[in-house]
Amino acid sequence: MKVLLAEDSASDRLILARLVSRLGHAVIEAEDGTEAVDLFRETQPDLVLLDALMPRMDGMEAARQIKALAGERLVPLIFLTSLSGAGDLARCLEAGGDDFLVKPYNRVILEAKINAFNRMRGLHQALSDQRDHIRRQNQQMLDEQRTARRVFDNIAHTGCLDAPNIRHHASPLSVFNGDVLFAAQRPGGGTLVFLGDFTGHGLPAAIGAMPVAEIFYGMAAKGFGAPDVLREINRKLRRILPVGMFCCGLMVEADFKHNSLRVWNGGLPDGWLLRAGGDRVAVPSRHLPLGVQEPDQFSASMTVLDAAPGDWLVMMTDGLPEAPNSGGESLGEEGVLSVLAGLEAGQEPFEALLARMQQHTGKPELADDLTLCCLQMVRAEAPEAMPDKIPESALTGPADWRCVYELREQTLADFNPLPLLLHICMEVPGLRSRSGEVYTLLSELYNNALEHGVLALSSEWKTSPGGFSRYYQERTRRLGNTDGHFIRFSLEHQPREGGGTLTVVCEDSGDGFDFTEYSDTVMQQQAASTGRYAGRGLEILRRMTRNLKVHGRGNRVEIVYDWWFPDAAIISGA
Amino acid sequence: MNDKPHLDVEALAELQDVMEDEFDVLIQTYLADSRSRIDGLREALATADPEHFAKTAHSFKGSCINIGAPRLGGLCFEAEQLGKDATLEQAPAVLERIEAEFSEVARRLQNFGQEA
Repeated sequence: MKVLLAEDSASDRLILARLVSRLGHAVIEAEDGTEAVDLFRETQPDLVLLDALMPRMDGMEAARQIKALAGERLVPLIFLTSLSGAGDLARCLEAGGDDFLVKPYNRVILEAKINAFNRMRGLHQALSDQRDHIRRQNQQMLDEQRTARRVFDNIAHTGCLDAPNIRHHASPLSVFNGDVLFAAQRPGGGTLVFLGDFTGHGLPAAIGAMPVAEIFYGMAAKGFGAPDVLREINRKLRRILPVGMFCCGLMVEADFKHNSLRVWNGGLPDGWLLRAGGDRVAVPSRHLPLGVQEPDQFSASMTVLDAAPGDWLVMMTDGLPEAPNSGGESLGEEGVLSVLAGLEAGQEPFEALLARMQQHTGKPELADDLTLCCLQMVRAEAPEAMPDKIPESALTGPADWRCVYELREQTLADFNPLPLLLHICMEVPGLRSRSGEVYTLLSELYNNALEHGVLALSSEWKTSPGGFSRYYQERTRRLGNTDGHFIRFSLEHQPREGGGTLTVVCEDSGDGFDFTEYSDTVMQQQAASTGRYAGRGLEILRRMTRNLKVHGRGNRVEIVYDWWFPDAAIISGA
Repeated sequence: MNDKPHLDVEALAELQDVMEDEFDVLIQTYLADSRSRIDGLREALATADPEHFAKTAHSFKGSCINIGAPRLGGLCFEAEQLGKDATLEQAPAVLERIEAEFSEVARRLQNFGQEA
């Protein structure tokens, strides 16, 4: 060890220097306080022996300065003194001294003290090293989480959160906070939105979120609806998450053609439907969170709400109602409701809620845990070509094929064949960028067959305000008995020069309908049309296809759909 | 005070053991230091500076304790107290006794050195 010795009496200094060096340590000598501090700075000793009373700077002051220079390092400081009063000795320790050595210097005691402090120094060093190690590991973990976050963002942000009718705020934190927000356009039109809050923070929360993102976006693109996606998410999370971990969530399927919303809330704070006319409808949690129940106990039953263009659906995770102000109080769900109840005409709920949050927390930047999403109902648009990242290629995939798929009895009520049928068609490379149109064709045929054919529902109900939820209720009721019924799809695809042709025939076991009468009804409705979709199903089919034929009793509809490669389309003038 | 020995022979023997061939240097250093401390005490009295008196006496006491001169150390302690109380009227008498005791200690230390 290097020992700094500061003693103004020359003879005492000689004695002590000798004692210390005989113990095997290197000795650095100072004659007064000032020299002691300078030498301490220069030589960085491991232990200091300091006379309490010295000329120039006295021992107490030197001790303070030396301790300050030592900083985080533990450098034991032992006062040398012939002071004997208890008060004086105590003052030494208060000045920063760790111990004192009284005169006459006793070599046995000196050796024992130096060894004891040496052990303490070793302990302290070990602790410091461990702390530094932990600090480095912690930093490394944070860096890893940041990287993982970027991977996650690539999976999670392929959606349509930037659509003009969606306003959202999610945490800018680079480390996960357990909240997720996904939005996807459905191939036949309409939007699917999922807001989730995983238990925990950081890596454990994020790990669960990644498969959910894949499920959501994968299934949405294939045309699956909210209940199927929810069931799959629940099944996956139930399987992979440990007991005690789950995901509170809210799923919304917005149907702009029928002006309706289907919602499911499992564990999140109340969502709110704000109608343009001023009513507010709560969307409370009616289910357990995802990942808790076994698949056979899980209920994906959705609440159907009528919603017209201009209406807003507000959804949030608990970060918003629970964010504390400087006094530790939170807004609570009552606070949120009071903001929504106090909205002025034309004021958007998203802006109002964010402004209230800033006011409440007193901070311009918002809390980390805040996730808020507002979806506005808009008018339905014609199906557009979905952006397709895979370039079209004529060489891969089946071009010349036929298949028949028939659903019967109970299966008609339990299973929606559209994603499967769409999948079959998507095997044709040329149809992939047209998944929106193809899905629309298939779903129009299917819905007509199921609702008007098998269930014999009247489409007039759909057109009255508030009628869609009644229609939907009746539809659910009639699905309770589909005995003796079937729906049969025949799909056929043939290649042509420059493209291909898809022929779809849909037959159902219903009584059929009077096509002529139907056509007239449709014409009348079109004349009185205010842009509502209901009742124009077959007209859309007629517009999108080369040929539409209705056979038999009206319960067999055939469409012929042509498609061309992009360059071929230009050449053929299509 | 009077019954303290002039020299603590055991302590000195121990010092001899510790210092080895530097023992003589130690003794000479002590004697030189002590002389200048006594000068310092005289000066403090001359300028009627009780604080300086007390501090010098304190230092002197320390080195006497370490070297093993208990009686002299005790006299220094007395002098220190007078300085702290700022009652220097009796100080000259104590200083004389210190000087006397120091001569005795010095003589014995030289002999001790020679014997060893």
